[in-house]
Amino acid sequence: MSVQDKVIRIIAEQALLEPSDVSVESTLESLGIDSLGLVESIFAIEEEFDISIPFNANEPQKSDFDISNVASIIAGIEALIAGQQG
Amino acid sequence: MKRVVITGAGTINALAHNVPDTLKAMAEGRCGIGALVMPDVERLAVQIGAQVQGFEPESLFNRQQLSLYDRFTQFTLIAAREAVAQSGLSFSGELAARSGVVLGNSGGGMTTLDENYRSVYEEGKNRVHPFVVPKLMNNAAASHVSMEFNLKGPSFTVASACASSNHAMAQAFQMVHGGIAPVMVTGGSESMLCFGGVKAWEGLRVMSKDACRPFSANRNGMVQGEGAGIFVFEEYEHARVRGAEILAEVAGFAMSSDAADIVMPSKQGAARAISGALRDAKLNREDVGYINAHGTGTAANDKTECAAVADAFGAQADKLMISSTKSMHGHLIGGTGAVELLACIMALRDGIIAPTIGYEEPDPECALDIVPNEAREAKVSAVLSNAFAFGGLNAVIALRKL
Repeated sequence: MSVQDKVIRIIAEQALLEPSDVSVESTLESLGIDSLGLVESIFAIEEEFDISIPFNANEPQKSDFDISNVASIIAGIEALIAGQQG
Repeated sequence: MKRVVITGAGTINALAHNVPDTLKAMAEGRCGIGALVMPDVERLAVQIGAQVQGFEPESLFNRQQLSLYDRFTQFTLIAAREAVAQSGLSFSGELAARSGVVLGNSGGGMTTLDENYRSVYEEGKNRVHPFVVPKLMNNAAASHVSMEFNLKGPSFTVASACASSNHAMAQAFQMVHGGIAPVMVTGGSESMLCFGGVKAWEGLRVMSKDACRPFSANRNGMVQGEGAGIFVFEEYEHARVRGAEILAEVAGFAMSSDAADIVMPSKQGAARAISGALRDAKLNREDVGYINAHGTGTAANDKTECAAVADAFGAQADKLMISSTKSMHGHLIGGTGAVELLACIMALRDGIIAPTIGYEEPDPECALDIVPNEAREAKVSAVLSNAFAFGGLNAVIALRKL
C-alpha cells in the first residue's frame, strides 16, 4: 500500500467514510474532521509510519506540517519519511 | 443564610512553600517554570514544568506517613498545616463534629500509579507495596487532612479536572453558608508531574515546549505545575466572636456545564458561570476590579475566556484587570483554582494585582487589561476567580473585601 493509500485509509476511518469518498483534494474540514479528530489522525499517522510530526494544536498554522488538504498531508509525511532515511 | 469568610490560607507550589513567599513571588512576577527533573525525561517531547523545588518530604513526615502519603497528599498536608495554623483554630467537641474538609483533585496519586506500573510492567515485579490503593485514591488527601486536624463533619473530594478546586471551594462555601458546618477546610492539590502524567498530556498536543504565555499572540500552550492551596472557610460570626483575622469574604459562586464538547471550551458556558457568580454574590459588574483568569495559555481557552468576560461584563470588561498567574506557577490542574485564589486575596488585602508574565505580543482576540509582565497597585473591593475545565465544567468564585 502506498503512502497515499495508507493516509487516505486513516483519514477515511477518522471521518467515518469509505476510502473511495476521500480524495487528495479533500480538506479535513470538508470531511467533518474537527480539532480532536485531527490530533487523533496525526497520532495514527505517526504510529503507521513511525515518524514524529511537529504539530501543536495551539498553532496549527505555524507548524511546518501543512494540513490544508489530504495532498499536503501526504507530501508532509513523505518529506518526514525521506528526512528520516537521509 | 450565613456569611462566609476565609481565616486561613496555606500553599506549596513551584513559586514557594508558603503563602507569604508565594505572594511575594507573584508580586515580583517571578516564574516557577523550568526544566523538568524526573526519570526518563529525555523520552518526553515536553520537558518543562513548574515543579516544586527544594522539597524534602523526609524532613516533614515520618517513615510510616511517607508509606501512606502520595506527593499530592504531602502537598495538601503542608498547605493545610499553614492554613489551619493561621486560622488559630483547633478542632474538638462540637466544632470538630460539625467541621469537615472538601478538596479538589483530578489525578489522585499519579506518582504512586506511575511508580507501581513501572515496577510491575517494566521491572516485571509481581508484588506491590500493600498501601498502593490507600495512597493513590483521590480522597486520600482529604482523609489525611481530616485525621490530622480532627475534622469529623462532611468530608470528600471533588473531581472536575481543571475546575476541581473551585468546585470544591464552592461546595465548602455552601456548607458554611447553609449552616451545615461552622468551618470547612477546602482548596485542592495536584501532582501530575511524573513521567506518565506528562506523557499523557503530551498526547493532546496542547502543551508548550518553551513557556506559558497566556493572552499573548505568540502563546503556544499550557505548562503543567504541581502543589496545593488550602483555605479555612469559617462562618463570619464564629470568626468575629473569636477575633480571628479575616483574609476575605467568600461572596458567592456559580457553576455551569457547557454540555457541548469534551475538550473545547464554550463562551456561553463560561459567561453563564461568570454572570451567575456576580448574581449569587450580589455584585454589580462595576464592583469587580480584578479577575484571576483561567488563562491556560492555549489558543482555545484564552480567546474563549476573553470573549466570555466581554459578554458577561459588557463595557465594564475594559475597565477591570484580568491576569493569569499560571504564567508563574503553571497549571496545577485540580489544584489550580486554590493556588489562584491566593492572587485574589492579595488583590483584596494588599492592593497588588499579580501580573500575567511572559507576555510578548498583543492578541486582538484577547484585548482586555491582562496586567502584562509587572504587578500593579490598585484598590479593588471584589474579585472573581475563573475555572473552566475539560468536559465543559465551569466554576467561578467571587470574593469581597471585608
